[in-house]
Amino acid sequence: MDFSRRETIALGLGAVALSVMPFRVAASTEEVIAGFTGGADVADGGVTLTAPEIAENGNTVPITVAAPGAVAIMIVATGNPEPAVVTFNFGELAASQSAATRIRLAGTQDVVAIAKMADGSFVRATSVVKVTIGGCGG
Amino acid sequence: MASGVKPRVKVPKSAAAGSAITIKTLISHKMESGQRKDKEGNLIPRSIINRFTCTFNGKSVIDIKMEPAISTNPYFQFDATVPEAGDFVFTWYDDDGSVYDAKKSVAIG
Repeated sequence: MDFSRRETIALGLGAVALSVMPFRVAASTEEVIAGFTGGADVADGGVTLTAPEIAENGNTVPITVAAPGAVAIMIVATGNPEPAVVTFNFGELAASQSAATRIRLAGTQDVVAIAKMADGSFVRATSVVKVTIGGCGG
Repeated sequence: MASGVKPRVKVPKSAAAGSAITIKTLISHKMESGQRKDKEGNLIPRSIINRFTCTFNGKSVIDIKMEPAISTNPYFQFDATVPEAGDFVFTWYDDDGSVYDAKKSVAIG
């Protein structure tokens, strides 16, 4: 079976499209963040994200976020198949706008915390976590 | 209902009125992410707890929306204000519709 130059190029493009496809299924990081902020500007600072520099096991990475004056904090893992991780909504009896949990990271990546402040503005903090063993199976 | 789900909560038995206390919660749950594959290469369907709430005498302390990127046996630590004696109610909502809850009383003193 012979391929003309045109067919070969078409096949190549098809292969590229197929290999890119899986990453298109889940909403991108920008879309997830826009869904939380409603497209508002996000300033740096005002929120503290504590994460380990190196996580040996991506299945349980301990993180802590704190943002005094926030009403909600969202965590986004930019390199995960599904970037959204968790959203903390603080109620009237929350003594501090901080929380700690354990998350899964697929690989070395930026973890972003975005806080919605009481006045409606948004702030963010980013932390790079190096992951030795990814936490998404597969 | 996922089998073997057991909520565990750590709350001080008593606190000074108006003071802040730290609460730790853990619930045993496999939190299947929907990304893993079984031996035959089929995707294992997602099965996670997608929401956790904590209230004190009916007032909200924290309401957490969870995604598959939360680790197995979800753990949370947060701070709550105790204005008077009463009960903390913790509720977990499973993808399959199950609801798990735990209740802890706090005295003033």
